[in-house]
Parts: sequence; C-alpha cells; structure tokens
Amino acid sequence: MQTHAAKRVEITIETVMQARLTRALEEAGVTGYTILPVLGGSGRSGGWSRSGQVSRASGMVQVICIIRPERLDPLLEAAFAVVEPHIGVVTITDAQVLRAERF
Amino acid sequence: MFDLALANLLSPVVLSFVLGLGAALARSDLSVPEAVAKAMSLYLLFAIGFKGGVSVADHGVDGTLGLALLGGVVLSAALPLVAFGILRAVSGLDRTAAAAVAAHYGSISIVTFVAGTAILDSRGIVFEGYMVAVAAAMEAPAILTALWLVARKSEATQSQGRGELLHEVLLNGSIVLLIGAFAIGWITGPAGLAQIDSFIVAPFTGVLCLFLLDMGLVAGRGMRQGRGVLDKGALAFGLVMPLIGATAGLGVGLLLGMSAGGIALFMVLAASASYIAVPAAMRVALPQVNPAIYLTLSLAVTFPFNLTIGLPLYVTLAEALTGG
Repeated sequence: MQTHAAKRVEITIETVMQARLTRALEEAGVTGYTILPVLGGSGRSGGWSRSGQVSRASGMVQVICIIRPERLDPLLEAAFAVVEPHIGVVTITDAQVLRAERF
Repeated sequence: MFDLALANLLSPVVLSFVLGLGAALARSDLSVPEAVAKAMSLYLLFAIGFKGGVSVADHGVDGTLGLALLGGVVLSAALPLVAFGILRAVSGLDRTAAAAVAAHYGSISIVTFVAGTAILDSRGIVFEGYMVAVAAAMEAPAILTALWLVARKSEATQSQGRGELLHEVLLNGSIVLLIGAFAIGWITGPAGLAQIDSFIVAPFTGVLCLFLLDMGLVAGRGMRQGRGVLDKGALAFGLVMPLIGATAGLGVGLLLGMSAGGIALFMVLAASASYIAVPAAMRVALPQVNPAIYLTLSLAVTFPFNLTIGLPLYVTLAEALTGG
C-alpha cells in the first residue's frame, strides 16, 4: 500500500499550559492534534501522578501532532515559545501515513 | 479547648484524612481515581455553596456582607506581603519562589473551609451564610500581590498574559460552581433546599470523609516526594503562617462584629493555603519556581496542621472572644 512520509511530534506539557499550546499550534496553522492524559511519571522536576488530583497544577498532558515534514519548523517554533519555560518534553519521530492530503 | 481538639481528632473526617496520610506514607497502593476526586470536589463545592445561599435567603443579608467581602479581599491581598517578608527572612527561598509561596497563603483552601463548616455544624454553631462568597472573593487578590512582588524587581513574570491568567483564576471551575450554587441557594431558599436536601445535606459528611481520605493520600505522597525540597525555615513557616493568618482573620471578624461562627470561618480562611487555584496560576505565571515547594508546604504541612490543630483552636478562640 502507498504510504507517505510525515512527522509525529509529541509534546508532553503541564496541563495548565494545554490551552495555550493548542492555541499557539492553531495560530501556526496546525489544526489537527490529539490530546492524551498522562497518568504519571517522573523527570528532572520530580514525580507526578494524576490519582486523586483535583488541581490542574501538577498534571501533565501529551499533545500529539502528525504533520507534513515541510510544516515541522513553524510547528516547533510555535510549540517552543510556549513550552520553553515550562516542565515538558518535545520529541519528533518519522512516521508514515496513508492519506497524505489529511495532514 | 482540649475536649474540642480531641473530638476533632477523633472525628470520622480527620481520621479519614489520617488514614489516607498513613497509607501514602506506608506506600500502600490505595488511591482515589482522578475522576472520582474531581466529582467529590464538585459535590462539596455545590453543597457548601447551595447551603450558604439558603442560609442568606433564610436569615437575610445585613450590612456586614459588603464589609466582609471587602475584609476578605484586603486580607487576601495583604497576607502575601507578610508571608513574603517572613519567608525571605527565615527560609532560603529566592524572591520569586517566596512570592509564589506567599500567594498560596493569601489565597484560601476551600477544603479547609468546608472542614471548618463541618466542625461548626457538628457543634451547632451558626455562621453567616455569605462566608461562602467571602471564600470565593479571597481566591484571587493574593495572586496579584505575588505577581506585583516579583514584577517590582524583575521581568520574570509573563506580564503579557496576566489578563488571561486573571480571567482563568476568576472564572476557574471551583469559583464558578461555588458562586453559582450560592446564587441558586439564595434564589430558591429553604424551599429549594427541601427539594434536594437528601442529596446535599445527609451525604455531605460522608463524602467529605472520602474526599479527605484522598487529601490524606495526596498530602502523604507530597510529604514523601517533597522530602529535601523544604529547608527548616520554610517548614516552620508552614506551621506559623496559619496562626498569623488566623490572628489577622480574627481581627477582621471582630472588627466587623460577626458571630462566633463567622469569626471562626474568617480565621480558617485566612489561615488556610490554596492548593487548587493558586498552584495552577503560579505554574503559568512563575514557571521557574519548583512546584514541589509550594505544593508540599500547602498540602503536606499547612493543610494537615489546620485540619488537626488549627480548626479546633480557631473555633475555641472565636467562641471565647465573643462569649459564644
């Protein structure tokens, strides 16, 4: 089957920054993304867990975008402007998609 | 005082908290799912707001409502200045971290407030129903003071997003639900309460117990993870600042001529430290500050102190000073 090259960008960021990040992505022309809750984890800033939390202060979410390779730089610039001072991780991996016109 | 403290310590509410705390410290796998914890917090906010509104509808509003709101706002704005000064003097926190922590101590913990009303209800002490609105009014001013403390000396805050941040704080879900339920209770009055009292009155203490079990788990995890984050000065601050805040709340309550219950709740509000609205706001505005510092202080030091020792102390003092 014919597949097409794409980039998968995963941005793990604090829950409080989710709306700001997705707004920045949309302003950069990235209208398709998926948001996943992060159950818990640990990193440079210590551990976190969703269990029992009623505050958004200590939760994390993951925003996943799949885009055409040529649109990667604007996305990263927009994302970095939001993520830079905050706790989070940005990873980029090569991906293959079936319907290129959708990205 | 001793009897009340003992009765409080041996109440289902506090023992549930202790159970959660002990389970977390012992590394038990006991946990409350996030969605359940949020549902319980929605229930408690709705119930406490509604009952406050009904109380106002039932007893009417006197002239102290506006003054109490003003007193709450002034307390919330002023307490961070005191907290900031103490933290800079006794702890190793830098200016920005001290301001972020100080904001928590000007703002309020609605769970501590709810626990305070539960103690008053159990002792049959009446309080002004509009204290719910005072609690809501005290959420945000402390954040502005903290941002001002930081902005005076540096460009560390994201000033361009301050309006958006304030909008988020003022319209955060907890405040909207609390004030909304208060309005519904006020509008519908005792007749409205009669329609839903089997939902918001009888199960209230039981839900509070489960919620505090979860708070105990969160506080216990905070104690474990926060070990080494706080120096001795910051730890001492977490225990002394509630007493300073309570004293200020006592002064405002006495000045306004409130009832013993109202004064006790003013003390509770001023003594408590936020763990919902302010931590989220500080993560946005001052991301360079390690959140473990203020979450550990607020949740793992000040909240347990208030729940076990503070609340009976504040109620006893308020009763003693008003002859109530």
